[in-house]
Amino acid sequence: MSAYLIRRLLYALPIVLGVNLLTFVLFFVVNTPDDMARMQLGERRVTAQAVALWKAERGYDRPLFWDASRSGVDQLTDTLFFTSSQRLFSFDFGRSDAGRDIGADLRQRMWPSLAIAVPVLLVELALALTWALLMAWLRGSALDVWSAIVCVAMMSCSGLFYIIGGQWLMAKLWHLVPISGYGEGLAALHFLVLPVLVGVLASLGANVRWYRALFAEELAKDYVRMAHAKGLSEPRVMFGHVLRNALIPILTGVVVLLPSLFLGALITEAFFAIPGLGSYTIEALQAQDFAIVRAMVYLGSLLYIAGLLLTDLSYVLVDPRVRLA
Amino acid sequence: MPTLVPLWSDVCLWLLVLVGLWYARQARRHEPLRAPWRAVRRGPMALAAACVLLVYLAIALLDSVHLERTTRPADGAETAILSVLDVLLTPLRLGVETSYSAPFATRAFSQESVLTSAGRVQREYPRLRYGAAHSAESQGARARDIFQRSATGAVAGLALALSALWLALPAALGRTDRAARAAGLTLLALGVGGGVLLALATRYHVFGTDKVGSDVFYQALKSVRTGLLIGTLTTLVALPLALVLGVAAGYFRGFTDDLVQYFYTTLSAIPGVLLVAASALLLDAYMTRHAEAFTSLLARADLRLLALCGILGITSWTSLCRLLRAEALKLREMDFVHAARALGARSGQILRQHLVPNVMHIVIITTVLDFSSLVLAEAALTYLDIGVDPSMDSWGNMINAARLELAREPLVWWSLAAALSSMFGLVLAANIFADAVRDAFDPRQREFGLTPSAPTARVCE
Repeated sequence: MSAYLIRRLLYALPIVLGVNLLTFVLFFVVNTPDDMARMQLGERRVTAQAVALWKAERGYDRPLFWDASRSGVDQLTDTLFFTSSQRLFSFDFGRSDAGRDIGADLRQRMWPSLAIAVPVLLVELALALTWALLMAWLRGSALDVWSAIVCVAMMSCSGLFYIIGGQWLMAKLWHLVPISGYGEGLAALHFLVLPVLVGVLASLGANVRWYRALFAEELAKDYVRMAHAKGLSEPRVMFGHVLRNALIPILTGVVVLLPSLFLGALITEAFFAIPGLGSYTIEALQAQDFAIVRAMVYLGSLLYIAGLLLTDLSYVLVDPRVRLA
Repeated sequence: MPTLVPLWSDVCLWLLVLVGLWYARQARRHEPLRAPWRAVRRGPMALAAACVLLVYLAIALLDSVHLERTTRPADGAETAILSVLDVLLTPLRLGVETSYSAPFATRAFSQESVLTSAGRVQREYPRLRYGAAHSAESQGARARDIFQRSATGAVAGLALALSALWLALPAALGRTDRAARAAGLTLLALGVGGGVLLALATRYHVFGTDKVGSDVFYQALKSVRTGLLIGTLTTLVALPLALVLGVAAGYFRGFTDDLVQYFYTTLSAIPGVLLVAASALLLDAYMTRHAEAFTSLLARADLRLLALCGILGITSWTSLCRLLRAEALKLREMDFVHAARALGARSGQILRQHLVPNVMHIVIITTVLDFSSLVLAEAALTYLDIGVDPSMDSWGNMINAARLELAREPLVWWSLAAALSSMFGLVLAANIFADAVRDAFDPRQREFGLTPSAPTARVCE
């Protein structure tokens, strides 16, 4: 097991390196530090000295990949690529182009993101599983048919529809919750209800349909007929057999998502003015702050790789047939 | 004399239509390709959805033939690039009010200072210049006029749809199965609805006007092209990459496989939205630096749209590639591939003749499944300012502009309603059609079950 873990971690290394190289090329080669400086300092009236100063402040004045003027290892290490990669790998995200400490921002803003993403995941899972189980149980009935229609209709609505509709209906018309904003501690609960509800609704249709397809496939298998033949009650069959077996793909699908919950939901957070990582990314995008975007890209890919690893491990937990070696 | 001015995206869209027609010809000739499509055709829902999709496609195609026209010299503007749809909808395009007005309104939505005949300045709701300009202002007269116009429109639309059914689909009409009946009814409903809308739209703003006073119904129609282009062109970018790399990786195994796997794992490790955002940011920076290269606003918006399709394609080919690689791994051990190799066929030939045709069903399924999520993603990305150009008509831009007015009292709801409902129609039809296609091509549903965690789906959360 530990040997497998180590091997997987080693395998993840080239991927992280690849992501780093790709983001470096995107942010420093396609868009050179000179362009960045000019954009931050204002396009038109900017002197060469100001650009040079801006670059020197951030250490962007070094050569990109190779410094021919140095000797020995310094030729490779005293370059922009090496130093900036080194900083990323040690989770030192440095300062944003606007001068803020990115690491501190990340630590502070990840909590509101989690406060939305985790309840959304849990409520969604519970709701979708119950609904899909009901559909699979009463398959062919009016409930099944109408649920399928409702699910397709729900899938076809834009996420923006749920957000705008929710804000209008619940906040403006019924005055149940505030339109947007965020509070500290328990006061946050009040603000969280609507974003969580919207998040659940936006992806409920697709999930219910997928889960129902999984259940239906399990129901057609021989062991289910066997269980029926043994005289097991319908709930026993549904919960003890069908649900447990269908849980394997469902759980692994959820586990992949777990790490990326940190990143937050971009649009939901922006609409509800929640100071999480999603709105942080959007603010950085709008301010064209490349340092923050690069840090988020790097963080996001690390979390994705972590998710893949967790998925493999969760297979072992839910499926005794799988052995990792 | 109008001359044809093809934009790059026009060329791409028509190219896609040609590819579609070529595929349809192939499918007609080869029974294995024909059988699943016939299964799709037998479903009433699928056929009805296909009719709706065809109407959207027709709007988009009309909007994809751009002409350079010399407008009246009195206007000052010498030439303008207009699409055929623009020309057809000239009354809607030119009926620009000063600001917001509600659907079917005779007066503007907000008060303005108006100089009365007595020379005094007075605050009042000014009469619209174009909306309902022909009819009397009283409620009864307007209602009567609306009723008369919609009746005429309905009859005209019905007649048109009936004659289309009678002329173009004699075979379909002869076969009175449920699917043909559903399709016929859908066409009739579309004809009536379209007739009513068009008959009213020439004299009223059926969906009101937006902040700068342009007709919302016209914007919604123009947005169809943007949505369709993003849904289809993205696939055009993703397809060759995924097909070549995926099949090659599965067939050759070894080093090629490792390389391709490394490539797509790395790309898919980067969160899709952020990759799109980063690329859009760079594109923006590039366009600001090379402002002189983009002469007209239209060309600039067009290139930005194409670039967006390219970026979305690059972020979305990885999942298809993974599926194709797995399928190719299975196929290479099949008897007919072994037989071909034993008979001395070259690798290239085996790939072309045996592997690619046998993975095509996966390509078709993912293409139709991805379409709707891409259309939805456009709105979300445009909201984040990393989507299409702000000057371009798109549902995302409409929603984005309307969102700022949500705090108004009373509510300006019509822009949102028009954008969301026209988008809903397209996506719903696409979803229903995609379901039928998947069922027909992949009876064992599970293999490519809907993956709710697709990167484009996550954008919309």
